[in-house]
Amino acid sequence: MDCPEIISGIKKNLPGFAAISCSQNYPDEIYIKVEPSAFNDTCLALHEMLPSPVMMLFAVDERAKSKQFEIKAVFANFKKSQWIILGMDVPSDDPCFESMAKKIHSASLFEREIYEMFGITPKNSPDLRRLNLHDEVWPKGSYPLRKDFKKAKSPTASGEYKFVRVEGDGVFEIPVGPVHAGIIGPGHFRFSVAGEPIINLESRLGFTHRGVEKLFEGKHYNDAIRIAECISGDASFGHSLAFTHAVEKIFGISVSLQDVYSRAIFLELERMYNHVNDMGGMAVDVGFSFPAAYASIIKEAILQLNEMLTGNRYLKGVNRVGGILAVFDETKKGILLSSLDKIKNDFGELVKILNSSVSFMDRVDTAGVLRKKTAEDLGVVGLVGRASGIPMDLRKHFPGVYKDAKFKMAIGQSGDCLARLKIRIDEFEESYRLIELFAKKICLQREDRHMPQPKAGTALGYAESWRGPVLYWLKTDQAGLIERCKIVDPSFHNWQALSYAALGNIIPDFPLCNKSFDLSYSGNDL
Amino acid sequence: MRHILKNRILKGVVARHIEPDLSIEMESIGSELRSLIRKKFGRSLHIREVDTGSCGACESEIISANNPIYDLQRFGVNFAASPRHADAIMVTGPVSKNMLIALKSTYEAMPDPKFVITCGDCALKGGLFKDSYYTEGAVKDILPVALHIPGCPPSPTTIIKTLLAFLRQDV
Repeated sequence: MDCPEIISGIKKNLPGFAAISCSQNYPDEIYIKVEPSAFNDTCLALHEMLPSPVMMLFAVDERAKSKQFEIKAVFANFKKSQWIILGMDVPSDDPCFESMAKKIHSASLFEREIYEMFGITPKNSPDLRRLNLHDEVWPKGSYPLRKDFKKAKSPTASGEYKFVRVEGDGVFEIPVGPVHAGIIGPGHFRFSVAGEPIINLESRLGFTHRGVEKLFEGKHYNDAIRIAECISGDASFGHSLAFTHAVEKIFGISVSLQDVYSRAIFLELERMYNHVNDMGGMAVDVGFSFPAAYASIIKEAILQLNEMLTGNRYLKGVNRVGGILAVFDETKKGILLSSLDKIKNDFGELVKILNSSVSFMDRVDTAGVLRKKTAEDLGVVGLVGRASGIPMDLRKHFPGVYKDAKFKMAIGQSGDCLARLKIRIDEFEESYRLIELFAKKICLQREDRHMPQPKAGTALGYAESWRGPVLYWLKTDQAGLIERCKIVDPSFHNWQALSYAALGNIIPDFPLCNKSFDLSYSGNDL
Repeated sequence: MRHILKNRILKGVVARHIEPDLSIEMESIGSELRSLIRKKFGRSLHIREVDTGSCGACESEIISANNPIYDLQRFGVNFAASPRHADAIMVTGPVSKNMLIALKSTYEAMPDPKFVITCGDCALKGGLFKDSYYTEGAVKDILPVALHIPGCPPSPTTIIKTLLAFLRQDV
């Protein structure tokens, strides 16, 4: 689909639509600029037409150049393997825009984020509470992502966070966190219960906020990869892949096929160890310790395999702009395939153990149901979305090497913990098949790699990490230094869905629901 | 049940032999306090883990240290669910401003005698995030730290060996 096509498509849904400009910088990216008054209607038209949730919505501080902020919304056209980016200018003297959260719910959290980070007010927004900059420690009127932000020595508190309260006979609140009983990230959960079932759950996150997006600014792309790898430690390869993809698009680097295969292998290895870890975690949360221990042995085997192949258990420091540092020679290929063979056998046993336990199946079946309609409204992505029947997987829609491999997307319908467990089992097996296939296709040819030539530009990088799509929108200057980097981890879309999945379940089932989502705290909080 | 029995027998004992390594160079406190900690906790140590903004890799490795292969529990080290049951807290992450209060209250909730361990490069000096507007920096400026476990993330072997070298006087 090119510019005229997409514009005529929007015109069908939105008569009288006119764009200021429309350009296609990359085959998979279309940028449309519109008047602020037309922005919301165009978003709504794209949201219904494609259909796509708001994949990203963020602001860029362009005041140095044009005395304006710019707001961009990113939608995905899955059928045509394209991203559609919609932009508008917001004047800096009265920074505000009309909120679209009431019409498109998946924009809601993004709008709150723009408000707290840039001080651009979404008018008529249903909720303007801050997400990451907690009122208890951060003053009002200090917007860290503005270019003229200065670090204050001792910031002051500005108030308290207001939780949604459920009142009535026999309703009581259970506060949990931020420090939890397990070895896990910090987050606060406020349960309102009447008797045993949960009638409302509000999660307050942001406890691991480290100001990552600001840290990217002014960094050289080679230094920035290290930060990208530390955004979510269990998806470090997915993040570094999405980041390098964005940089490679801007600099116009084409990666050798051999490196593309190697990257795909590492991405799948990351998926495998995390999926098996979650299956063990779900067993722990129902008190079934044998398969949990068994799963941790499999996870350890994959981590050790990672270390043998790359020198790092979490695949940090492996990826770089233009290629990959780890080389698959014949010995390493042998290690990979023979280890995977054992891992697959063990995995088969693990699945048998879980499947043959009636009490385990009884716990996961129909627990934590996330209905498809809810998931669509919230813009749920990735594995959780697929378990609820949303067919979305970047490996299918933006296939690359996955096309020849005849990638088969796992999909569920029921949206309960069992569906998410089954998706993990299917994807683990599919990943095994893909790795075997890709490993056979790698043939060592030493190719001359050129030093990347830095360029100024913007691009959207993406990768389907194990949780779902990781998106990086990147803007660089002439020297290759980063001017703005917007990161969206799949956890950001999916955390709010957990509150809906837990409704009606009893509190002892909450850890199980939580583990079946297994979302990242640090990826969400940035 | 059949599958569990079969796999239990087939897998056997998977725990790996780990020698405490006394040559490890540790960033830790003076010898007097160290011998006191050894005396009090040398055979049984309960740790509460607090994440103050780590990426999750340190947590993953701490969990791995408890898996059947590394099996930290056999050396008398346990992870407690509540600070009230803990002798030490293990802090990961560069201390996000939002976690400062929670970190201090967790420490205060522990009964005496108690000490603090930091785990991972972020907790030592803030790591990659030390220049951020939202991190408090080194844990040792906030709480009295007795031991640091280095790495990004530290491997389970490093975690176990550093802990054991710290706790054991004569191995």
